[in-house]
Amino acid sequence: MTTDQTTQGTEEAPSEPVDVPVLEVRGLGKRFGSVQALQDVDVSLRAGEVTCVVGDNGAGKSVFIKMLCGLIRPSEGEILLDGLATEFSSPRQARALGIVAVYQDLALAPMMSLWRNFFMGGEPVKGWWIFQRFDVAYAKEAMQRELEKLGVDLGDPDRAAHTLSGGERQGLAIARAMYYGARVLILDEPTSALGVRQSGAVLRLIRRAAQRGTAVVLVTPKPQHAFWVGDRFLVFQRGRLVEDRRSETLTLESLSYLMAGGGEVDELESAIATA
Amino acid sequence: MSRLQIPALSKARPWVQTAVLRPELGSLVAAVLLLMFFSIASSGAMLEIPTLARVLDTAWPYGIIAVAVGLLMISGEFDLSTGVMVGTAGALLGVMATEWGMNLWLALLLSLLVCLALGLWNGVLVVWTGLPSFVITLGTFFGLRGANVALSKYFTGDALIENIDDAAGYDSLHSIVATVFGTAPSDFRVSLLWWGGFTLIATWILWRTKIGNWIFATGGDREAARAVGVPVNGTKIGLFMLTAGAAWFVGVSNAVRYTSVQAGQGVGAEFFYIIAAVVGGCAMSGGRGSAIGPAIGALIWGIAFVGIPHAGWNSDWRWAFYGVLLLLATLINHIVGERVRTARSG
Repeated sequence: MTTDQTTQGTEEAPSEPVDVPVLEVRGLGKRFGSVQALQDVDVSLRAGEVTCVVGDNGAGKSVFIKMLCGLIRPSEGEILLDGLATEFSSPRQARALGIVAVYQDLALAPMMSLWRNFFMGGEPVKGWWIFQRFDVAYAKEAMQRELEKLGVDLGDPDRAAHTLSGGERQGLAIARAMYYGARVLILDEPTSALGVRQSGAVLRLIRRAAQRGTAVVLVTPKPQHAFWVGDRFLVFQRGRLVEDRRSETLTLESLSYLMAGGGEVDELESAIATA
Repeated sequence: MSRLQIPALSKARPWVQTAVLRPELGSLVAAVLLLMFFSIASSGAMLEIPTLARVLDTAWPYGIIAVAVGLLMISGEFDLSTGVMVGTAGALLGVMATEWGMNLWLALLLSLLVCLALGLWNGVLVVWTGLPSFVITLGTFFGLRGANVALSKYFTGDALIENIDDAAGYDSLHSIVATVFGTAPSDFRVSLLWWGGFTLIATWILWRTKIGNWIFATGGDREAARAVGVPVNGTKIGLFMLTAGAAWFVGVSNAVRYTSVQAGQGVGAEFFYIIAAVVGGCAMSGGRGSAIGPAIGALIWGIAFVGIPHAGWNSDWRWAFYGVLLLLATLINHIVGERVRTARSG
């Protein structure tokens, strides 16, 4: 038996260790009362890849990522982490498993310093019993180290978060997710409120996070942003996953077409023509 | 990894930064200026030891509760039931000690439990219903205002409970909460040490523990805090219990000190705690403030309370003075808040 397993192991995965999906969903679906918001989604997310989730409003993409990060419980199907079926019912549990969501609006408390924000909800402590205290020196140092790993310089760690630009806020939030060992990083429209230069910096940041072995899930309504950063594209329509394409198989034009509704556009055109 | 150039905000405003990170600074400057002003206006009488003793003795009951109210305000909530709860704590202690013959130490413990339960009630109701704490605690305020007097009359036949010093355990309790250092009029109460100690501990909790971070986070951005796992509801409930506990301490201290309790006392004082917190730099919208600030805010009230008659003015002007101060402090807080908001969207 032992020899069998060894042989099998050397045959199957010698040079491709990343091929085991970090996160996989099978037959995933969500029903709200009589409304089927999402059904029958099969996707596997790999380390080091940026997967873009695109689609119209109400197509099911936000339900999909909310299930991935534990905000909504699926009605059908299963979620597998490293090939093992797993369940989580809160973002906190999901984060403990390495699935971290960064929301555009819900990232930082404006009047708190950078390091206080960075460790919000996960404060490092030292000391014992009632003498337990926030390890401030460690917090500042650890934050700077994590930012450096991403190549981000935010200056004085004591400055309040409201002094950060939109791009810098995303930088801090992504560095925080990486610090907590995010293996799956879910970004919900990180560039939607940013100008071109800010967006460019955030997209490069996303690439860097992926290069460090994170499976990144990016929701964005902008084809140019998705095309530049994405390795893979999941297109949702009316509660179904209708396309799962790799970037090699697409051009910016074909991606824009898919994001604008794809087949729906043709359908609409023929409906207008025959009316 | 090479440096990534993320464009920063163009306009930096150092004074806003200072106001955000050191919110008590304004009140400290105001306190020093006021003390200087009243010293000149009273030809130096303000700085004599007996006068300073009166300033501190006026300030401490407001100070202790204002510090707790300030912490609650940083978490984004209000408590209007703190003033009347001072009366509740005193009346409870008085009834248990004088009518039921209870040892004062036991009465002390039981009245604490009742006050903490009332704080728990406030907190749980705010968290469960999602209604503004202003309304919830206003309800508690009226409930207690009625209950304090009605129950005192029911048990003692009067709204005034007297002779608490006859109860067992009075001397030992008096030595801990009401001892005097020095001789009148230069007398300082041990209460000042309690006030100072509580302010220091609250400062420590706020700046150097994870609970402090939770308090700032809860008031700073509740949903962000919840999303990263901060126990937002627990933090709020705990702080409502803290304000109730602070009111209890002041109520029982006064009961022991004066040996009698007026069941209607404390009504109206809740505004002073809130004003002291705001003057001390706590933002009414939450997320910003300190523990030392509200203590200074209470000290300013003490300075004005004693200073105005010393300067030879009608003491009724105290109220007007405090009103103006509240308006100024709120205006400054508002401007800082606006700056923070505009910087955020820029």
